[in-house]
Amino acid sequence: MADVQPILQVKDLYKRFGGLIAVDHVSLEIHPGEVIGLLGDNGAGKSTLIKMISGAYKPDGGQILLDGEAVSFSTPLEARRRGIETIYQDLALCENLDASANIFLGRERMRHQLGIFRVLNRSYMLRESRQVLDQLDIRIPELRNPIRQLSGGQRQAVSIARAVYWKAHLMIMDEPTAALGVPEQLKVLELIRTLRNQGVPVLLISHNMQDVFAVADRVIVMRRGSKAGERRISETNENEVVGLMVGAEYTRVVKQLHDAPEEMHITTHDESEKEIG
Amino acid sequence: MKVPDVAIPDANQSQPRKTALRPLDIVSRGWSWLFLLLLIIFFSITGQGFLNIYNFQTIGADMALVLIMALGQTFVIISGGIDLSTGFVMGMASVTAALVMSHMGGSVPLFVVVLAGVAAALGIGLIPGLVNGVIIARLRVPPFIVTLGMYGIARGAGFILSGGQPVSIQTNGIGQIGNAYLLYLLPDGRFSFFHLPSNLQGIRPSQIVQLLPFPLILLVVVTLICAWLLWQTRFGRHTYAVGGSEEASRRAGIPVVRHTILIYVFSALMASLAGVLYTMRFSNGAADVGDPLLLTSIAAVIIGGASLLGGEGTILGTVIGALIIAIIQNGLIFLGINPFWQFIAVGAVIILAVLVDQAKKKLV
Repeated sequence: MADVQPILQVKDLYKRFGGLIAVDHVSLEIHPGEVIGLLGDNGAGKSTLIKMISGAYKPDGGQILLDGEAVSFSTPLEARRRGIETIYQDLALCENLDASANIFLGRERMRHQLGIFRVLNRSYMLRESRQVLDQLDIRIPELRNPIRQLSGGQRQAVSIARAVYWKAHLMIMDEPTAALGVPEQLKVLELIRTLRNQGVPVLLISHNMQDVFAVADRVIVMRRGSKAGERRISETNENEVVGLMVGAEYTRVVKQLHDAPEEMHITTHDESEKEIG
Repeated sequence: MKVPDVAIPDANQSQPRKTALRPLDIVSRGWSWLFLLLLIIFFSITGQGFLNIYNFQTIGADMALVLIMALGQTFVIISGGIDLSTGFVMGMASVTAALVMSHMGGSVPLFVVVLAGVAAALGIGLIPGLVNGVIIARLRVPPFIVTLGMYGIARGAGFILSGGQPVSIQTNGIGQIGNAYLLYLLPDGRFSFFHLPSNLQGIRPSQIVQLLPFPLILLVVVTLICAWLLWQTRFGRHTYAVGGSEEASRRAGIPVVRHTILIYVFSALMASLAGVLYTMRFSNGAADVGDPLLLTSIAAVIIGGASLLGGEGTILGTVIGALIIAIIQNGLIFLGINPFWQFIAVGAVIILAVLVDQAKKKLV
């Protein structure tokens, strides 16, 4: 895997908002067919990092390389044109439109009517949508119903199908299983595996440790803007990852509370010491 | 901990529609059709002379102004906005058309006079449309407020343009076109298009069959064009998309700002068209002719099934909404009931329409 050129390389990426450093010189690599879990507590900088890769924010420093070529996106649309598809938490779907209209949203296929008028080519879009949904084994019986009638998992699936249809080169998913029931979470994980098998790398932000351990190949942990650690899933466990997320200091305290609480001291502001227990 | 790769049936299915709901489903979807039918039946039974072709033509011609404005409003409401300025834009346009048409000398062919009036009215309609659109799309001021402001501006501008009173057109021909019918039939078999046949000796006016008044023809053409626009074009689909989720549309690459401006320009142009039609029917133009029609046109769109939140609505729905209102108005006259009852009736139907819509959503 290390011999293959990485699809995405991020080098020393840096972003600050006023006095707050959101992303502090973070580097990472994603190879074809890899699923990377991006973990970190709230405020760790995961979202900001993702937004720089997907073109929503401009980095203040560092480089982004796509297929070895340095890129700079001014808008998310530019990133999308280069094949970076982002599945947001709110899905970015229109509930009042049907699945095929959503898959072709903004990229509608037209045909000619009476030789001069350009009108929507509904049959083409329905056919193509049916095909990509079947290819991903997503079952939506009536493609012409507005998607608000579909379950949360099916909507998520439409969002993923859309990215796949438009030949995503890199898929970024922000908390894809949040707000989904368990059967639907499993279905989304299945889809992620399908993507990986088709060679599409996935960068997955998730709070759900189980999800990450179920599908990811590697996990990158961020804490307070920097990369706290990177591990292969096969070489680590949940405890170690949580430790990276919250920091060694905190981990040590928790461990000690658990193992030997009688040796803990509390220091108050006036420097007097008290013993616990 | 690897998750087993088991087939999970539940995750793939949406809740299947319960079959017991089907009849209710049909009623809730087609309720406005049903209501319209019931109204027609009711007034046919209770009112003498309601159910005949002349009356229906009259209804069609009379509702033309409201429906043309409502068609433009349909696009605005589906996209998630509202246009309160259409009434006075219509008035401003009618004044402009009347001024232009009355200032053209008698030597100019009628056809050119009409064309000039239409061009001037549509041209003036562009201004409020663009201003509304740009402020809403670029400056992000809510449509209700912007168009409310334009309501006042167009009103003032209309009165200033007309000098405070209606502008009448002296040229006779305009009114003749505005009130012309497509086809005239005489009892002796003669017929003519667009104007009465010559030599009407011995023929009483009631014996002449007049078919398809000009306003109705214009209305049908405009309605078909709007239906095509909304259903078949990318512009129409983007209208639904922006109404459904502006953010999702933006992220998908839809040019939301440009689209919004176009929508409000379209609405203003439709209002201007209604203004021109008014001028051609009544041979005069005044700033306040559109004012009483504003809320009626919005009501037609709502009764037709559009949601004020955006994303829903159809041209056919708006047509039915306008028909329901027009038939109530017309039918009450035949019944000899105090015409002010029509306001109460229309108001009640609006509330009924929204209630049915809400109940429909709970059933799905």
